Parts: sequence; C-alpha cells; structure tokens
Amino acid sequence: MKYDLFKNFFIHVLLILCILIIVFPLYIAIVASTHTAEALLNAPLPLLPGSEGLNNYTILLTKGAEVTGGQPLLPMLYNSFKLAMIVSLGKIFVSILSAFAFVYFKFPLRKFFFWLVFATLMLPIEVRILPTFQVVSTLGLMNSFSALCLPLIASATATFLFRQFFLTIPYALADAARMDGATPWRFFKDIILPLSRMNIVALFIIMFIYGWNQYLWPIVALTDSEMSTILIGISQLMSVADQIPQWNFVMGSAILAMLIPVVIIISLEKWFEKGLVR
Amino acid sequence: MKYYTYSKNKIVPYLFIAPQILVTILFFIWPSMMAVWQSVQEGDPFGISSEWAYIYNFKDVFLSKSYLHSLWITLLYGLFVSVFATVFGLILALLVCRVKRFAYIYKILLIWPYAVAPVIAAVLFRFLLNPAIGILTEFFSLFGYEWNYHLNQWDAFWIVVVSAVWQQISYNFLFFLVGLRSIPKSLLEAASIDGASNFQRFFHITLPLLSPTTFFLIVMNLIYSFFDTFGIIHIITQGGPSNSTNILVYKVFNDGFVGLDIGVSAAQSVILMLIVTSCVLLQFKYVEKKVHYS
Repeated sequence: MKYDLFKNFFIHVLLILCILIIVFPLYIAIVASTHTAEALLNAPLPLLPGSEGLNNYTILLTKGAEVTGGQPLLPMLYNSFKLAMIVSLGKIFVSILSAFAFVYFKFPLRKFFFWLVFATLMLPIEVRILPTFQVVSTLGLMNSFSALCLPLIASATATFLFRQFFLTIPYALADAARMDGATPWRFFKDIILPLSRMNIVALFIIMFIYGWNQYLWPIVALTDSEMSTILIGISQLMSVADQIPQWNFVMGSAILAMLIPVVIIISLEKWFEKGLVR
Repeated sequence: MKYYTYSKNKIVPYLFIAPQILVTILFFIWPSMMAVWQSVQEGDPFGISSEWAYIYNFKDVFLSKSYLHSLWITLLYGLFVSVFATVFGLILALLVCRVKRFAYIYKILLIWPYAVAPVIAAVLFRFLLNPAIGILTEFFSLFGYEWNYHLNQWDAFWIVVVSAVWQQISYNFLFFLVGLRSIPKSLLEAASIDGASNFQRFFHITLPLLSPTTFFLIVMNLIYSFFDTFGIIHIITQGGPSNSTNILVYKVFNDGFVGLDIGVSAAQSVILMLIVTSCVLLQFKYVEKKVHYS
C-alpha cells in the first residue's frame, strides 16, 4: 500500500514536470508580451509578468507594431477566421456529398471518379506549391480570397472519413427509405445528415485548425496586405525581429494567433478527440 | 459490404460528386499533371518556350550535391522528429493512463500544442533560443556552451527539430492514450496474476497491441516532418547556415520561387509526390490489416 502511494506520487510529479516543460515556451511568451520592448533588449530576460500587457495588446490589435508598417492585427485575425471557416465548411460540404454518392449510388465511371478523388488523399499542398500557383494565376484568381481557399478544399481526407462512417450505417435503413419512396435527396437530408451530426462537428474542429494554421500557401497566394492572415502578419514581424527587436509585440501576436484554435480544442476536447482518433 | 441503394438515377450521383470532382481536377489533378509535364521539359523562367528534356531534370536533381545533401538532411530530420515525438507521446500517454485523479486536466494540458501552428511554435523557440537574449541560451552558457543557431549547423538542426517535436507530441500522445485505453484490463491482470512484472507486461502485451498505432504514428510523423514543418524552417533558419536545415520542401520552394528554375523545381515536386504516395500506400496496407483483424 505504502509502495503504491509512493509510486502514484512519483507519477504525478513526473507528469507535472513534463507539463511544465511543454508549457514553458508559452509562459515565457506571455511574460514577454507584458513588457516594454526595451525590457527585452538584453539578457537576462524577465521571468515574471510586467505591467505593459494591456497596452501592448491594445496597440497590436488596433494599430499594429510600427516596424512592420503598423498593420493592426484585428483584421488579420478576422481574415484567418474567415479562411478557417470557409476551408472547413467547404471541405465538409464537398466531401459529405461525394461520400454519399460513392456509398449509395451505382453509376458509370464510379470507380474512376473514386480513385480520382482518393489520389488526393493526404498529398499536402506543399509538394505541388509552384504548379498550384501557376494554375491559380492562369485562372486569373491570384490575390483573391477564393484563390486562398479553393486549393485547400481539394483533399479527400474528409471524404474518406465520411465514407467510412456511412458504411457503418445499417443497410436496412437505406433500403427502408427507398422502399418508402424517399428520393436520394430526402434520404440524404432527413436521415444521413442528422446521423452525421457528430462526425460533422468533429471534422469541423480538425479542419478549422487546419485552415487557421495554413502558412505556405497564403504567403505564396497573397500579396495584398488587406487579405493577410495572422500568420502572414507574424512572418513579417519575424523577418525584422533580429534587426529591430520588438519581442513584446512578436510574442503578443503569437499569443493572439494561437488563442482561438487553442480555446476551440480545449472547450470541445471530447469532439476533437473523436474527430482525430478513430 | 458493397451495396447501392440508388442505381437507377442517371444524373443525381454526378450532381453529388460534381463539387468535389471540380475542385480536385482544378486544384489537384491539373497542378500535379503540370508538375509532371514541366519536369520533363526545359524552358525559360517565363514559360514562353520549352523543349523536351526527358529525364535530364531528374538527372540534374540527383547529380546535384545540394539536392543529395538536402535529401540526407530531410531523412535525418524526419528520423529525429518521428522518434522523439513517438517516444515522448508514448511515455506521456503511459503516465496519464496510470493516474486516477486529474487525468482529464493532464490531458488538456498536454493536447493544446496540437492547435498551435508550426510557425508559432517556431516563433516561440526562436525567442527561447535567441543567440543574444534567449533564456535557454543563457542556461546553456552556464555550462560553457555558446549556443548560436545562426553560426553552428548542429544548433540550427536541433532548434528546428525541437520546435517540430514540441508541436507534434500532443498528436502522438492522444493517439497512444486512446490506444492504451482500448487494451482490455483483463489481459494485463491475467498477466500479472501469472507473475509478469511491469516491464514484461509492457513489452509483451502493451507494446505489441499498440504496434498498429505506433506504425500509423511513425508514418504520420514522417509526413509531418517532411512537409508541414515548412513554416518552422522559414521562420527560424531559412535553410541555413550553409544549407544545414534546407529540407526538401523548403528547397522546392526556394528553387521554384526564388531561383525560378521551373524544370528542376517541378522534378523535385514530382519526387516529393512519389515520397508521399509511398507513405500513403504503406498507410493503406496498415488500414486494411486493421480492418481484417478487428
């Protein structure tokens, strides 16, 4: 008994230690974002929060750090949110429809289209970045929000997951619906869609974070600072970080950029786990 | 398991798949075909004229010292990121699985880095390991080590590895946690009644049962380190110093957009596609197996 108690205590200590190491970079970032730029110019850096937090965040959100031309972060956060929403909802929209067709319909060239879509499975946009750029500019979409979102929607991951889920729905259900004279659309709308509710929410969380955290494609596809996402904003801050150090603003932006996805994961933890691990 | 409810509708199924097919053709098939086409062509940077280069672009790629170096760095990077992320993820999952109280809080505190973009992870570590003011730099200097990732190639390599691993641990942790919780308690209890020690139970029961999860995670970690960590390299080292962190995905970007060597960049893209495709095919084999035996 005594031995177990000791072991248990030891495991807790070990876990807390690991968590402290993982949280440490975040803690330092929060601390840095509450000081003046001058306080962060020379080592040793402060390890406790300062008093400039409110001021720093207000400047960042409404005016922006001066060195980068003073772009306020609030519109960038809005752009990131818009990108994440369009990408996640768009992905769910196209993939639930096509997964439905692949599972419940028999039609000519079904196999061909199936493989066409599944060829995209997990092949990230990073590997075909230059040709995608060329295609988008051929289509005359450069520097538009649709250019930013559409290539990110082209992926079969969600289609695959919906298909897996549909295959677990009892066959009798689909048969009964057809016997009762339900059209495919009614069957989809009244039976499949409500049954998929949980899967949709779970996938939405994963895809929202995927969209929010996009980096390479936005820096390639966007030149107009009006449409900058928060990660592009940070990249601009970082490119001058060693010449004109404003670490308080850099760290503040980093905190703001991770705030929404982190809050979503923590508050919807159960759904997130369901969406990720299956 | 194959059944089709609606087989008489002629047009409806095409309406359902139309949006997906459209985006797939426009933004996946077309660019990919273009990469394949360009990889066998030799043209000027503006794409005005081009002629057949056959396999010369690939020959150029594989004969270039900088590409082979980049390939080597990528493999090394992938190896370290995968191994560290898998091992730490497993250790943390084993620990959380052992505790009865606060397990939920520990879990929350361990999964949040999943939501942090690799770019942001890079920003955090660039600050912590800044050669002039970084807190960890100070810590290293206590031991007499002059950390400087701008100058030292290995320092640069480690800073990008650490940033990538830090972000990827939560993903591994969560998969292992779910995997561990699905192992039947009775199995472990039976083993311990038979006198198996902790270590024996771990190596003879837990680890073999986790092997599908482990395999899946290693492949996912490799894909992550090869492609998703572009932002980390871009923010911290830009491939330097002297190409010590110039991983393939960064090199493709650099050769294509900065160097404007379309043919060679396309050949590199095609090679990258082959790499991912083989990873995915490996993964598929695993999925099939899992379906078979469960």
